Amino acid sequence: MAIRKKKRKEIFAQGNEAVGEGALLAGCSFFGGYPITPSTEIAEFMAARLPYTETGVFVQMEDEIAGLGSVIGASLAGRKGMTATSGPGFSLMQEHIGYACMTEVPLVLVNVMRGGPSTGLPTSPAQGDVQQARWGTHGDHPVIVLSASDVQECLDMTVVAFNFAEKYRTPVILLLDEVTAHTREKVVIPEAEDLEVLSRVTPSMPAEWYIPYEETMRGVPAMPAIGSGYRYHVTGLTHDDHGYPTSKPQEVRDLMTRLFRKIDQFFYDVQLVDQYECDDAEVVGVSYGCVARSAHLAVTQARQRGIKAGLLKLKTLFPFPRPVVEGMARQCRALIVPEMNMGQISREVKRVNNGLAHIMTINRVDGSIITPSEILKTILQA
Amino acid sequence: MAQVTQLIHHYLRHNKKFPHVYCPGCGHGIILGSLIRSVHSLQLPKDDVVLVAGIGCSGRMAVYVDFNTVHTTHGRALTFATGIKMANPKLKVIVVMGDGDALSIGGNHLIHAARRNIGLTALILNNNIYGMTGGQSSPTSPEGTRSATAPFGQLEKSFDVVSLARSAGANFVARSTVMHVKLMDRLITTALTRPGFNLVELMTPCHTQYGRKNGFKTNVDMYKWYKKHATPLERYEKMTPEEREERIPIGVFRERTCQGLEERYEAMRQNLREGR
Repeated sequence: MAIRKKKRKEIFAQGNEAVGEGALLAGCSFFGGYPITPSTEIAEFMAARLPYTETGVFVQMEDEIAGLGSVIGASLAGRKGMTATSGPGFSLMQEHIGYACMTEVPLVLVNVMRGGPSTGLPTSPAQGDVQQARWGTHGDHPVIVLSASDVQECLDMTVVAFNFAEKYRTPVILLLDEVTAHTREKVVIPEAEDLEVLSRVTPSMPAEWYIPYEETMRGVPAMPAIGSGYRYHVTGLTHDDHGYPTSKPQEVRDLMTRLFRKIDQFFYDVQLVDQYECDDAEVVGVSYGCVARSAHLAVTQARQRGIKAGLLKLKTLFPFPRPVVEGMARQCRALIVPEMNMGQISREVKRVNNGLAHIMTINRVDGSIITPSEILKTILQA
Repeated sequence: MAQVTQLIHHYLRHNKKFPHVYCPGCGHGIILGSLIRSVHSLQLPKDDVVLVAGIGCSGRMAVYVDFNTVHTTHGRALTFATGIKMANPKLKVIVVMGDGDALSIGGNHLIHAARRNIGLTALILNNNIYGMTGGQSSPTSPEGTRSATAPFGQLEKSFDVVSLARSAGANFVARSTVMHVKLMDRLITTALTRPGFNLVELMTPCHTQYGRKNGFKTNVDMYKWYKKHATPLERYEKMTPEEREERIPIGVFRERTCQGLEERYEAMRQNLREGR
């Protein structure tokens, strides 16, 4: 029997296009958004490709608020939906992120970070939206925030983002930066059969038995598409398990605790990190996004000089991967946190570290990337 | 009466704890009744009807009816509805908004939904005031009227919903008051059957927050005012500018049957698939 070796499908693409490819592979069939640099290529990609798919829809909305609103609507109607934006647009979307958390609507929001605040540096990279992604919308809420550091990861993490969104019925924010989004390099498109693609659980019981926000072990209720025969009420008001508004303390508490529990209890599933040379490391860089690539080279160079350095690349930013960072803090003499903001992830690292290791930060907010030599210099000082 | 009760039982949610939030004399219930009669007269299956509402007194309408209901964020109901309609064009999507909801915070979305001519039926419940937050001026509060935020009289001009929707490109634009129930039934029914973006402005009294501050002794006075000042469009057009003062023209202002965005998108997809 002849074994046919499949030719891998490889493309040369930028990060934004890889996000689009990943979305299509994950089953995304709706995109609603508004153009903004440096994320626009995602919208352009989806506008060109979605109409060729079976049911794909692209709508250019009048602003970012409308963009995310339309994605929530489409997701309620059974679609896997995505929007993409940058800095100012991300700020405008905050209210609807909260709505999606409260109503448990799966969706993916890609934020290609640029320099801020305000209009800031539209064509330069930054990592200033990290804590906004976690806490931007009002009210206490859980949310999943992912990041990617190269073009291949843009594709892979977009698929992961859709899977998490569908599995946990939650908005997932994918944070990229201008450099990752606009770098062009080789991307391998995975075969459909090699890819794990998850979709939301839909109810199978008779419609009259269906309780929209029923308490279950998983904490993630089944979600019907609008029009599929399960009529229920969706509201951003605090609601009881039938979806009707409530202000009874017990019902409010039940909802809020379940919203947190459904993500917290799957901690180990959600928290993704990559370790490089960490096993015997005494100095470890904790990094994410394009800075992780600089850190990778810096660690390799440090190893060449005989320094036991390592890299912990965070692919999940929130819920913050506490166990692994804490392990590193116990193992290492020093943790180095390079990032393109004044210290947003280093806050989390310091909190988890709790005095165990020496924390060194490298912060840059001038629209330029942190170079390997800057990181190497700090490793040498550690 | 028995027939009306039957309809109510069929279309309202029994497991929702009533009473509703509407004040005595509020017109919103009349509009809800009209909407239910319209849906019923068209025999639309409840599973295919989606009621999307914004925030405010009108927004609460969504929770009472047994359709697919979405109570969205303030002003953004049309954006959610756009996503729902594009995702599943078979659904009959009705969007209920208040005047503050649709014209102030949601003004941009209204203009663009009309321009896009997306297949929705938008009902704007215009009571000239922000009722739920305690009676502040809205974009339709007439000049000179008093409110919690205009204690010395409103200085700004008000919006004309009909002119706005018409010039933005809506297919069907109409207006009625809650005193003209037959007309209201007919307009909503028509709006539900037409393609593209259909908008009906419904004038409804808010005695609690608007009437009491503006010289209406009882809520009945407000209904009487509507009866006296609402004028059928045909008659209104023949009036002199002096006679038109304080008159509210009611009826159909624009009727077209252009394809909705969702139909045009489907046609494009078909063309691409066939390689045309």
